[in-house]
Amino acid sequence: MVETGHFALVLAFALSLVQFVLPLVGSRTGDARLMATAGPVAATGFAMTAISFAALTAAYVLSDFSVLNVFENSHSQKPLLYKFSGTWGNHEGSMLLWVLILTFFGALVAAFGRNLPATLRANVLSIQGLIGSAFFLFILATSNPFARLNPAPIEGQDLNPVLQDVGLAIHPPLLYLGYVGFSVCFSFAVAALIEGRIDAAWARWVRPWTLAAWVFLTGGIAMGSFWAYYELGWGGFWFWDPVENASFMPWLAGTALLHSAIVMEKRSALKIWTILLAILTFSLSLLGTFLVRSGVLTSVHAFATDPARGVFILAILTLFIGGALALFAWRAQSLAPGGIFHPISREGALVLNNLFLSTAVATVLVGTLYPLALEAVTGEKISVGAPFFDLTFGPLMVPLLIAVPFGPLLAWKRADLWAASQRLALAAGGALVVILFVALFIDRASVFAALGIGLAVWLILGALTDLALKSGIGSVSTSVALRRFAGLPRSAYGTSLAHLGLGLTTLGIVSVTTLQTEHILTMKPGDTVEVAGYQLRFDGLQPFQGQNFTEDRGLFPLLDSDGDVLTTIMSAKRFYPARQMPTTEAGISTRGLSQMYVSLGDPVDGGGIVVRIWWKPFVTLIWLGAVVMMGGGILSLLDRRLRVGAPARRARKTGEATGAAH
Amino acid sequence: MALLRTLLMVLAIAFSATVTRAVLPDEVLEDPVLESRARALSAELRCLVCQNQSIDDSNAELARDLRILVRERLVAGDTNEEVMAFIVSRYGEFVLLKPKFSIQNLALWGTPLVVILAGAGFLLLRGRGARTQPGRLSADEEERLGEILRERDRPN
Repeated sequence: MVETGHFALVLAFALSLVQFVLPLVGSRTGDARLMATAGPVAATGFAMTAISFAALTAAYVLSDFSVLNVFENSHSQKPLLYKFSGTWGNHEGSMLLWVLILTFFGALVAAFGRNLPATLRANVLSIQGLIGSAFFLFILATSNPFARLNPAPIEGQDLNPVLQDVGLAIHPPLLYLGYVGFSVCFSFAVAALIEGRIDAAWARWVRPWTLAAWVFLTGGIAMGSFWAYYELGWGGFWFWDPVENASFMPWLAGTALLHSAIVMEKRSALKIWTILLAILTFSLSLLGTFLVRSGVLTSVHAFATDPARGVFILAILTLFIGGALALFAWRAQSLAPGGIFHPISREGALVLNNLFLSTAVATVLVGTLYPLALEAVTGEKISVGAPFFDLTFGPLMVPLLIAVPFGPLLAWKRADLWAASQRLALAAGGALVVILFVALFIDRASVFAALGIGLAVWLILGALTDLALKSGIGSVSTSVALRRFAGLPRSAYGTSLAHLGLGLTTLGIVSVTTLQTEHILTMKPGDTVEVAGYQLRFDGLQPFQGQNFTEDRGLFPLLDSDGDVLTTIMSAKRFYPARQMPTTEAGISTRGLSQMYVSLGDPVDGGGIVVRIWWKPFVTLIWLGAVVMMGGGILSLLDRRLRVGAPARRARKTGEATGAAH
Repeated sequence: MALLRTLLMVLAIAFSATVTRAVLPDEVLEDPVLESRARALSAELRCLVCQNQSIDDSNAELARDLRILVRERLVAGDTNEEVMAFIVSRYGEFVLLKPKFSIQNLALWGTPLVVILAGAGFLLLRGRGARTQPGRLSADEEERLGEILRERDRPN
């Protein structure tokens, strides 16, 4: 079975080469039969990759330790879920997941792209095939997950305990769906450059893929942040770690792409820029893969001692980024520029969005790579951490967030900023009231906290104002407004919901960073501590035997001011014998939108134990906001105008109708 | 991709002698003002044996030593700048999570500013260009337009 998987992987590599060559030749020579091969080949390639992936998964589930990869990363006593998710909890398996998703998207383009012009479809699938063949070759040459081990060991070395979590089942697949989803946008951009033709219809075809990838990436990043929050044991949710930055850069660029594609679709403007963004977004995804997979981040030296994988990915990176940018430089001028617009207009607002997001990408990129570059060039070692990003990325976001509510209220081509401001007066007033309230009534609140929370409220109320105005609430009778509200296009809801989610996430981040309280103390059984109006009692430690670990559970009843027990928080220290590795399991209790976070330290002489307790106000909003943003993206994706597979003519008609309505 | 990070963290934990949590009760200073200054400084100092973690967050023994050192200097009456200068003189610039403003780091600190100014400048110039673009017709075009109009108006 394992060899079947390996064989299927080689077949998939061969198919991806076919998928690259035949349709491209067909589109250049006008041979319809060659172009038509793209679809079936893409579908078969996906089937082969799926067989290969299933074979590896089966080896994990059945604990086949004759496979090196399974031996190194699994254990027979591991719970079933982690046997499944352990498939991609390692380098080889995660690369296999990467190509599985890549071929999946290729098959989707083949299945839903029937309304595309034949040459465009052939070229897009051909570029997908090229990307696929590079990564299949990478796996087969440097990272074979099917390598055998003889004689087979009796027991595996187990998966890293930190990864034995539901997070591993959700976070990497979502993240890769996002990363790799942008490959479709990249292929569309390169195909457009090859054809030298691009129009509003192109933008309409690309937007669903951009939206889908963006939704997945948003989910993946949020899930990663939440996982780190509850697993690592000190309640941080974002660390500006290079690995996080690697996923954040494509997100920022993808967000910019999402917005510039709107301008292109509605107004035929920003064509060249949108093409460039599509290329850059996937380039950043590739860069992320390189940074994480090559080991270059750990240290330049680690990279140099085992360079096979790193150099291979670097070559892929150079080929695709360099090739696409060269093609861009060569062909971009042939793309006709589109509509003209006044700086104060919807287009202008979206350009402003792109300016700030691009600068943010550049900032994160330089901050992530500068230490590596400096060390490589001068040998000097410096660190670029959270304080740098707080000081540069933060100020960049403030003007952008202030501008967000204006965007949807501005008209296309030429808008009245003053009229938009008047419509936002209520939202601005609400934000001001909140700023004053926080500054005057909430303990410990600094001016910074008040302004930050005010900004978040401004975003939330601004998004609601947009919906209210579009449905005419306040200007027409309630029943008419309700009917209009129900009849709004889904993309209008999508915009508002996504901006609302952004506001919620901002509120969560600002609240936690400025208003959280922390208690570090030694507690003995029976001790009580007051945190944020609650009483937290320590009832002592209890041993517990898990399936593949032992743990000491600290029990902390949480009491309200009347002394009634609300819940019992359980915070534990685990030990995994297979890897001889300890972990901490934070105890978290959600109170409304806020959380009480309890983490156990070491026992001290004299019978107590070190306990760290945080009160994290509105912390759940950080991730709930991301979920709302995803909801906005999904709603937008469901808009009739963009529905994948909807007949082209109808899609165009409704597109014009909505365009005219603006 | 918190994966690699967590992996490395686990390594750091495994290498440190005992598993301790960041800031321990016995480290906390009596004076709340000094303690909050110590926390702020700790957040800007890198744990040297960890992957991109401040000493404030880190569990490593070395981070604990550094936290205690910061507090000792503060108690001895150093200003924040003096504490940082002392630590940098001992451990090098690598220990700073926020690199210095220096010639060496010019490109690092300058990039956001340069990119946003260049972008804004480009947009301004292009905006002006775009507005003047659909200007008057050239003499040739005028002539051709006249021909077309005459053609159309000529009675058949």
